[in-house]
Amino acid sequence: MPELVSHPEEVKVISRRWGQGAADIDKYIELGGYAALRKCIEQGPEWVINEMKTSGLRGRGGAGFPTGMKWSFVPKQSEKPKYVLVNGDESEPGTCKDHLIFLHDPHSVIEGTMIAGLAIGAKVGFIYLRGEYRYLIEIMERALAQCYERGILGKNIFGTGFDFDALSHTGAGAYEVGEESALMESLEGKRGVPRIKPPFPAVVGLYGGPTVINNAETIASVPFIIEMGGAAYAKLGTERNGGTRLFGISGKVNRPGVYELPMGYNLKKMIYEVAGGIPNGKALKAVVPGGASCPILRADEIDVGMDFDQMGKAGTMLGSAGVVVLDETVSIVEFALRTIKFYQHESCGWCIPCREGTDWLKKTMTRFYEGYGTTKDIDNMRYLAENMLGRTFCPLGDAAAMPMIGFFKKFRDEFEEYIRANPSAPESQALVELVGA
Amino acid sequence: MSPEMNSVPNTIFSPELAARFDKLVTLYPARRSALIPMLLYAQDEVGAVNDAVIAEIAQRIGITELDVRNVISYYSLLHTKPHGKFHVQVCTNISCMLRGGNEMLAHCKEKLGIGNKETTPDGIFSLEEVECIGACCWAPAVQVNYDFHDNLTTEKMDAVLENYRQKAGKS
Repeated sequence: MPELVSHPEEVKVISRRWGQGAADIDKYIELGGYAALRKCIEQGPEWVINEMKTSGLRGRGGAGFPTGMKWSFVPKQSEKPKYVLVNGDESEPGTCKDHLIFLHDPHSVIEGTMIAGLAIGAKVGFIYLRGEYRYLIEIMERALAQCYERGILGKNIFGTGFDFDALSHTGAGAYEVGEESALMESLEGKRGVPRIKPPFPAVVGLYGGPTVINNAETIASVPFIIEMGGAAYAKLGTERNGGTRLFGISGKVNRPGVYELPMGYNLKKMIYEVAGGIPNGKALKAVVPGGASCPILRADEIDVGMDFDQMGKAGTMLGSAGVVVLDETVSIVEFALRTIKFYQHESCGWCIPCREGTDWLKKTMTRFYEGYGTTKDIDNMRYLAENMLGRTFCPLGDAAAMPMIGFFKKFRDEFEEYIRANPSAPESQALVELVGA
Repeated sequence: MSPEMNSVPNTIFSPELAARFDKLVTLYPARRSALIPMLLYAQDEVGAVNDAVIAEIAQRIGITELDVRNVISYYSLLHTKPHGKFHVQVCTNISCMLRGGNEMLAHCKEKLGIGNKETTPDGIFSLEEVECIGACCWAPAVQVNYDFHDNLTTEKMDAVLENYRQKAGKS
């Protein structure tokens, strides 16, 4: 079982019940669970959406879209049924926060789903977990079954006339399915290929009905926001970045783990104080601040607050808040190759800039890594990556291009040094062989 | 040309799984939504999504076998050929790489005497280098079938493999 960590700097809101057996409904209720749902049923949908807007909660999957606003886009009247879809396809390298939510507090996800359903007028919610998380799916299934036994799911919940059904669903291995439209395709039993937007899911989503899709952490935050009030939650974070965030710190740190810290928490402090600094007296080289798709920061760029806006200003993203720490021993060339290998593997192949772009980046990076790189390769790869940006159906193309651009921009010296240190290939060797043949 | 939806007389699945599938297709607004879970659960029982599995699931859902194959080829957990009894999946993505994921993969190759995507001659183990499995903060991590093994060292990995080897001997 994954280890839980703790640090005095933490502000435990959504991780409050972790490690206390709250996967069981009795414990969950004893610790205040399902009170937020009762309150929302009493207060009604408009009040809920207003609280969510006030909370400043922004999507925890990575895009950072304001949740309350997303919910308010769903049309009140709809001929087709509306749905809530929870994105638990957690696959961004560096990210394992939802893993812990599902393990320690599955009911917070269920309760959040129900509140979202109440807010938008949906009667059905789907909780989609990646297929690798089988043991967590089983925990979720037990939690759902307990809700049905207690009448917390089903018809006439708490005798209020509110009906809601929720179902957990397994994926079968696909990063791309974390993209919201691909997620809907997958839930409909198809290849996880993205849909063209617009229409947006809030208008035409699952089975053609209006659908709210939220990341599991976003949804799990909802009951806590209702409980403490949107304004109090907002105050925990920074301006326009309400609340706390689950930061997963991994790589070259002494105390890796998932820590709940206020939005805007200083990255340098996070690495050196919360995560205990770099092992073996090594120096920090760089940080990938929000999962593999976020452009890398050099060691001298980390004195910055971790919220969506400050990260944007720093030229990167908060993303999924998976902080990956690299010390001086790590080769950026190797790290870049591993990153692009991942995106090439996960590109669904539907659109050409992503399919071909990730493939050529991987091929060139592989050759470069093997010692056959040239200075021109660095320029070409950067040019290629820059031309993928904004030209793909879904953000996977950007997710592949952005970190690559970051490596070339921030660590060009190291790529050039790599060529000098590995002079294994004379230029144009392949051409000579061709002529010879 | 839609195949017959209702009658699936000679099921290749256990009665429990067949009953589960009968229910699963009714839970969603569209029958086809049950496809991916069905394929994965069938694979768990049968060992692979082979031709017989594909044929029966296509019939249960009411789509063509080609539709089913199309979906299978997209998802990395689905496979048409059987794996070893214990499928060792070593993550080498960035967080694991920084904490010895590549060395873990090399160690498993040596220990098991097989390469990536190969199976031991006795059929007990198969090995695969996989992408991020969502255990980044507990790296390096390995998944054997669905079980996670976190914070590994090569010594711990040896014990994990030995444990599975003994399990294989007992069953």
